[in-house]
Amino acid sequence: MGLAGLIVVLAWISVACFAPLLADGNQLSESYAANHHQPQMLEPSWLLSDQDKQRLEDQQGGISDKNRTDYLSITTWQYPLGTDDAGRSMWALLVYGSRISFLVAFAASFVTIALGSGLGITAGYFGGTTDAVLSRIIEAFLILPWISLAVVLASIMGRGLFNIIMVIAITSWASTSRLVRSQTLTVKTRLYVERARALGARDLRIVKGHILPNLFPIIFADLTLTIAYSVAAEALLSFLGLGDPKSVSWGSILDGAQNSGATLLGAWWYVLAPGICVTTLILGISMCGFAIEEIVNPRLRQR
Amino acid sequence: MSLLSVRDLCVTYPTSEGELPAVRGASFEVGEGEVVGLAGESGCGKSTVASALLRLLPKDTKVTGEILLEGEDILTMSWGKLRTVRWAEASIIFQGALHGLDPVRRVGDQIAEAILVHSSGASGKQAMSRVGQLIEQVGLPARRARDYPHELSGGQRQRIMIAMALACDPKIVIADEPTTALDVMVQAQILSLVKGLQADLGLSMIFITHDLSVLVDVADRIAVMYAGKVVEEGPSDKIFSDPRHPYTRALGGAFPEIGDLTYRRAPSGLPGDPPDPTEPPSGCSFHPRCPSVMAECSSTHPLLSPAGEGREAACLLVPGCRIEEPAAVSR
Repeated sequence: MGLAGLIVVLAWISVACFAPLLADGNQLSESYAANHHQPQMLEPSWLLSDQDKQRLEDQQGGISDKNRTDYLSITTWQYPLGTDDAGRSMWALLVYGSRISFLVAFAASFVTIALGSGLGITAGYFGGTTDAVLSRIIEAFLILPWISLAVVLASIMGRGLFNIIMVIAITSWASTSRLVRSQTLTVKTRLYVERARALGARDLRIVKGHILPNLFPIIFADLTLTIAYSVAAEALLSFLGLGDPKSVSWGSILDGAQNSGATLLGAWWYVLAPGICVTTLILGISMCGFAIEEIVNPRLRQR
Repeated sequence: MSLLSVRDLCVTYPTSEGELPAVRGASFEVGEGEVVGLAGESGCGKSTVASALLRLLPKDTKVTGEILLEGEDILTMSWGKLRTVRWAEASIIFQGALHGLDPVRRVGDQIAEAILVHSSGASGKQAMSRVGQLIEQVGLPARRARDYPHELSGGQRQRIMIAMALACDPKIVIADEPTTALDVMVQAQILSLVKGLQADLGLSMIFITHDLSVLVDVADRIAVMYAGKVVEEGPSDKIFSDPRHPYTRALGGAFPEIGDLTYRRAPSGLPGDPPDPTEPPSGCSFHPRCPSVMAECSSTHPLLSPAGEGREAACLLVPGCRIEEPAAVSR
């Protein structure tokens, strides 16, 4: 299972890395698309029921309304996965969108892990008042419903790549912190930590030399799951229109689909394609994460 | 003057059910090049003494008394000074070598850590050559430094722990049950190694164990602890052959003599359990289990008093035993 997940993830990583080879980046700009696209009327009649057709036609022209939606097209030789409402190649959008998804997911996860582990180790290792204060902060962040927090933060901080990374990190570090703190509590009571203290080692040396190396497997397992979570969070925030307006990501494609009423128009590829991308990537990463967790914690192995 | 002198050491652990006095006034001395055995059953406070000697107890533990190492009190010295004393002056061989080594780091690096912590000038290379030397000193090939703890057997791990204790040329080594959890053959090997190293390097040692027969071999003098107090102290052969305190007699009697049929027929143990440290019995804390208990034992606190040449015992059976003043008892 872990291997299958790894293959999926590696496939997506290579797509992101070799995006310029797989798709024409020019196709991402709307003006390019407008110039190179023969407006083509959408013929979704085979997808819609008679009532739907009737209803659409009643609404001022309905599906034949010559507007942006005219650019929507289903699979053709020119556009293997169809186009969006601006006539941009869905294939190019997805390929280039994977880059943003990965960038945000990795960056947000590393910030999350760094923040979460740092505070978790500090709280667990030093204990006492430090632990009490940090634990209350962690709990406060755990209690806050993350979507609303993310929405508020994103709207305060403004839209942009850096901000979306920070928003995801701020809303997800607390659970990592809690995990790391509890592990630190068990590791610090081990005899080799006491031995290191008996050696006359300082706190920093003990944390770097003994605590961190013993926490590494669990932090790594948590990292993979955080990446999966960040992919979903990025897609969600972009879908809510809180992403970076200048770059295309899977979430923003879905947002476009929502705004142009793609489902209503029967442009199923517009919704399904980015949806499948997000799903497969998260599934792949999660499968890797579970496999790593199983290696780290052999008690999870059934047999 | 003795190298280490512990005077009236009391250690009290705070617990949710009130205070737990684990050590209630232990005193002993360790001379230059001398091996002192600390014996007693589980829970008598011997490991607590070991941790207290280097101030390794949890922060909220109450420790009173004096621990003088070369005339300086460890209990009151500054943190910076304490850090240099730890390992460079006094080191510990921990019990249970299995957990004393970090599973994710090579054993050589762990020994080198001790060297690097204490000599800021040492390069990694110098430290590693010293590590090789140390590992050979404890009877393992130097290339074992590159092994992880799980690649070593229990006995080998204990050897690594011993090498680690010697890393900074300490004056005194505290061996806290170095042979527990090892099988008998390996125990004998480790004991002879420790004895050999002690003699070669002229180390002072505190050897903690529950096994009196081990101490007779290794130690020059033995202090027997019961319920947080030293109840008898003296030269090791005398303690074993001619115990003055009934508890020492029971502890020595608990080990069968190989080949002696009477031991096989009637193994002599000590009935009862060690007292609950939160509520030590009145008077002599051993009186509820003592085979030769007398009426006054339950109300009188015997103190360590001279009991023959170079030895002391705290028992009313010893002629001329000093007792604690009643005012102090009610405290």
